[in-house]
Amino acid sequence: MQNELKWRGLELLKDGAVDRILGWRAGQFVYDITPDVFTDPEDLEKNFIYNEFCGANLSKYLIAESAKEGKVAVFLKPCDTYSFNQLCTEHRIHRENVYVIGIECYGKVSVDALRQRGIDGITGIRSEMGSLKIDTIYGEESVPAMEVYAERCRNCKSKKHVVFDELIGADGEVVDDCDRFDMVEKLEQMSAQERFEFWRGELSRCIRCNACRNVCPACSCEKCVFDNPKSGVLNKAAADNFEENMFHIIRAYHVAGRCTDCGECSRVCPEHIPLHLLNRKFIKDYNELYGDFVAGESVGQMSPVADFTTDRDAEPSVVQKGGDQ
Amino acid sequence: MMYQIPMESLDRLLAAIAAQQKLYLPTDNTAGEAVYTEWTQGAALSKKLNTLRSAKDFFFPQIQNMAKFRREGKKIEVIDDRAEADDFCIFGVRACDVRSFDVLDNVFLADPVDTWYETRRKHATVISLACTRPGETCFCHTFGIDAAKAGGDIQCWETKDTFYLEPLTEKGQALADALIAADGELLTQCGADQEALVEKETERIHKILEKLPLYDLKAEDNRERELELFRSKKWKELSSHCLGCGACTFVCPTCQCFDIEDFNNGETVQRYRCWDSCMYHDFTLMAAGTPRLTQTERFRQRFMHKLVYYPKAHDGLFSCVGCGRCLRKCPIHMNIVKVMETLKEEKE
Amino acid sequence: MQMNDKEWKPKIIAFCCNWCSYSGADLAGTNRLSYPAEVKIIRVPCSCRVNPMFILRAFQQGADGVILCGCHPGDCHYSTGNYHTRRRMTLLFSMLNYLGVESARTRVEWVSAAEGARFVSVMDSFVADITKLGPNRRLEDLRCKTN
Repeated sequence: MQNELKWRGLELLKDGAVDRILGWRAGQFVYDITPDVFTDPEDLEKNFIYNEFCGANLSKYLIAESAKEGKVAVFLKPCDTYSFNQLCTEHRIHRENVYVIGIECYGKVSVDALRQRGIDGITGIRSEMGSLKIDTIYGEESVPAMEVYAERCRNCKSKKHVVFDELIGADGEVVDDCDRFDMVEKLEQMSAQERFEFWRGELSRCIRCNACRNVCPACSCEKCVFDNPKSGVLNKAAADNFEENMFHIIRAYHVAGRCTDCGECSRVCPEHIPLHLLNRKFIKDYNELYGDFVAGESVGQMSPVADFTTDRDAEPSVVQKGGDQ
Repeated sequence: MMYQIPMESLDRLLAAIAAQQKLYLPTDNTAGEAVYTEWTQGAALSKKLNTLRSAKDFFFPQIQNMAKFRREGKKIEVIDDRAEADDFCIFGVRACDVRSFDVLDNVFLADPVDTWYETRRKHATVISLACTRPGETCFCHTFGIDAAKAGGDIQCWETKDTFYLEPLTEKGQALADALIAADGELLTQCGADQEALVEKETERIHKILEKLPLYDLKAEDNRERELELFRSKKWKELSSHCLGCGACTFVCPTCQCFDIEDFNNGETVQRYRCWDSCMYHDFTLMAAGTPRLTQTERFRQRFMHKLVYYPKAHDGLFSCVGCGRCLRKCPIHMNIVKVMETLKEEKE
Repeated sequence: MQMNDKEWKPKIIAFCCNWCSYSGADLAGTNRLSYPAEVKIIRVPCSCRVNPMFILRAFQQGADGVILCGCHPGDCHYSTGNYHTRRRMTLLFSMLNYLGVESARTRVEWVSAAEGARFVSVMDSFVADITKLGPNRRLEDLRCKTN
């Protein structure tokens, strides 16, 4: 697959069809891949990489890239195409400057999942028939790839590209029986005290590095309210529990209705806080209350958080009905 | 003088230290990462390579209260609300983190001394632990750090069946003596045979280190090239996809920048300091604005500081210890190793 | 954790829209109806002026319960403001509940300018609920506790 992508990129660059290619640059290790822009065919040929560790969603970079002169080609996995559409809806991407190459995806591996199995000293990884052969300085290890996929890939919501100018590999379908709301449901069934303890356990690890916010394709404010000394809520570090809660509630709320559940926030969290569970709670709520809505499914959609009906909307008191003491 | 204790008695050793003073050690948290926690009965020493956050937290915590102000009428009362510090012991610190204390000392203990840091530092006993299984992201060797001889007040090795301790400082010896005084059977003095075994373990670790992919990475003395590197065109490429988050700075054992803020609750003002990150756009913000307008400048600041400015001010000592945390935690995997190699190419 | 019920009085913040609920509170006053003194009213131009941060900040500053009052749906002075409020607060309250905050601490009620008596009964019942619930512990900011 890597070679296919590379040749297509080279063709486009050499033809002059596009001026830049937004893709992934190889690093020192098989997994330390950096999103980058390639303009030089030679550089592309030498340093472009596509493998099971190319998890980064490239669509956010298009806010800056598509504003530049010339055309940029970008490789988008199915879940990334939702973010792309959502950014187009918000008029953050100059669509005419972007050439979208949809690429097939089977799921991406989380290197942290490998580490949690005690695998360290990784020098190489090969994928063979659904399992990963990992060379380490301490010997070879083998794990079924499915087991070390990132959470978002184990619960993949769609293998369908909602937007593309051309496709490499096959287009898939929306995954109907995905279990992504299972954990949210489990939490909802807990008592309020248990939920409180669960979230304290998770959010108290937050170091406020802002990685979740900065990587999020839906978080694209020029200046975040938490960085603004005039907002009254400026906080560089969460000084106490309240500030941890406030940051994560507001972060999740601000992207509600725009979040495509791409899972980047949870991928980048150095403390492995399951931030996607906050986003998914909003998604589950508005789906149940206001009808199914998939952010980024098409361009120009009205978010259920900004929309309303005059007669059918639930009253806020519905929340009280869930057992909570 | 070297001591030993069977591995299965490690819990006994930890309990004995905890009986003397507060003991912190790396344990696994629910997310599967090692973090320093206070020892309680049954706490298991993590088998992970290193803790997620570095040991700098003990001396320079992310949030630290500095003073309180209260107004009564026309008077303002200033309250120093520092709590008396007790002696405490950090167990299982890796060689890289031990070196990071030197880097921090140069900053916080230089005149004017940072008394908050100094107090914590004075009360701490550092028990280091040699790395048994270094990872591919380790490059402490680049900065002349020996992962097999970790340093600190007491340095330790763990092998399959035996745990070895070697007090290096007065503070370390005092702790060892106190342990022996409390329980004469806890520690056994090592003979020449055992010391040879430790030597063997050290060699084993060195052999592993040689196999690491970053073993050959060289840290070049760039103190003379300050301006040239500052003006390098490479920064733009390197930083072009930096997200501007603070993950690298917050997991870094040597990052020492902080911001001082006031929290006003209407009655009292709590002045506190918290970690700041040069990757943030409001870093060193002044009335006239910020001196570093783009992410490229902020990115350059971070690495110039680690590789050029700090060495320039401190006899060539780098402000990086090769712990590899930023290599693991950067969301886009842009890290100091890539920067060092790019700057090297620049020269060639 | 629970303080003595007799000593402890809850702090309640009520955000009231200028056109209906604030006038409703006014009417209660001119009719000499009294509502609990624990309720502190903050007047807002429309219930939809209240963004989620306001609710959180009220809790931070020491509120034990936050109630938001606006015109009845369909009667908004700005036509549609309270429809937005309805969705926003439903989602916010659900999220707070998800994080383990007792859902009785947050409430939205529609009170018109003519409903002075209703304003009083709403506040009475809300204060009673919060008093029963006790101090807000799960969404408090210890630095804001003044004693």
